Amino acid sequence: MASLKDIQDRINSTSKTKQITKAMEMVSASKLSKAEENAKRYSFYSNKIQEVIANIASNNTDVTHPMLQRREVKKTGYIIVTADSGLAGAYNSNVLRKLYQTVEERHTSTDEYTVIAIGRMGVDFCRKRNMPVADTVIGLQDQPKYAEIKAIASNAVQMYENEEIDELIIIYNQFVSAISQVVQTNTLVPISNIDSVKATSSYEYEPSEEQILKVLLPQYAESLIYGALLEAKASEHAARMTAMKSATDNADDLIDELTLSFNRARQAAITQEITEIVGGAAALE
Amino acid sequence: MKTLTVSVVTPDGQVLEDDYEMLSCKAENGELGILPGHIPLVAPLTINAVRLKRNNEEDLVAVNGGFLEVRPDKVTILAESAEKASDIDVDRAERAKERAAQLLESNNPDTDVMRAKLALNRAMNRINVAKN
Repeated sequence: MASLKDIQDRINSTSKTKQITKAMEMVSASKLSKAEENAKRYSFYSNKIQEVIANIASNNTDVTHPMLQRREVKKTGYIIVTADSGLAGAYNSNVLRKLYQTVEERHTSTDEYTVIAIGRMGVDFCRKRNMPVADTVIGLQDQPKYAEIKAIASNAVQMYENEEIDELIIIYNQFVSAISQVVQTNTLVPISNIDSVKATSSYEYEPSEEQILKVLLPQYAESLIYGALLEAKASEHAARMTAMKSATDNADDLIDELTLSFNRARQAAITQEITEIVGGAAALE
Repeated sequence: MKTLTVSVVTPDGQVLEDDYEMLSCKAENGELGILPGHIPLVAPLTINAVRLKRNNEEDLVAVNGGFLEVRPDKVTILAESAEKASDIDVDRAERAKERAAQLLESNNPDTDVMRAKLALNRAMNRINVAKN
């Protein structure tokens, strides 16, 4: 049996760990509520853009734009959204596994795809496996501003416009609730699902519908990337909160168990001492 | 006096929402003035100031591109970034202006001229709005 001191040391170190995980849990909880707010503020912007695009698309079917047209896919761009650090349960590995599976399924050589990695975990993963990486972002803030990801988003959309890639897919954790995040794979461009939004009113277009689409569609695609990123951030905080919560609970269980065996060991030591004294006294009689 | 509701929205949230008597802005093919009761309209904007009038006073908002959606009683401006005159960080804009001007002057073949010009426009727009 471990000595009393050994057990006491383990209890101490476990409760220190518990303090840390508890603190991280609370930090993530407060970041989560902020991230949810950000996502809400953003949704107003994206709904509005969607509405206008849907209006143009539904009013006039012969308006065309390269970003609305599906072309033969020779090269695919993947945007993956991961965190900069671990300790978030399966948050990072879910995205990376999905990327790995998709690439294995769809591509035979590294010429057929390229990865735009957001987050250190994603960047490291791709480097280690020698995947082609077009662009990386590390050290994104917990509450990212649009300006921060504007460059990477417009680069990605630009790659599509220059026909360097023929489709752009984003893989990220969709935020369902604080305890549930689901890996989502969405095709950003070509833009396909705008018909789902109901057209509400008809507009005059100044100067022309084509001109407006030219401005609007890249702006829309970029905003979709930002939207996914906001949601991924909310998921990250939620995942980290859950992971830290279960770590705290585990530490609690462990401390209970250790305290029990500590008491048992102490009781055993006392009993032994008494037996020895009684034995000694008996020997003297 | 009839008014119309103007709201300026960016991905980072709403910058402004208030009632005004008139809005004038610079769209891609010229100056636009909008009064209450305008027909529904969509137009892309240039990097410029949007002027909002109310009770003989004028508020300025620096809008960086984006577009404008008009309905009879409501105008929505959707832009990647926008600031009210009072929210502009002039020092930062001055620095951005210098940086962009230097990039353009250096004639470095690696410079993304389009992007530098846009950055310069944005900075000048902010400075102009802040100083009015």
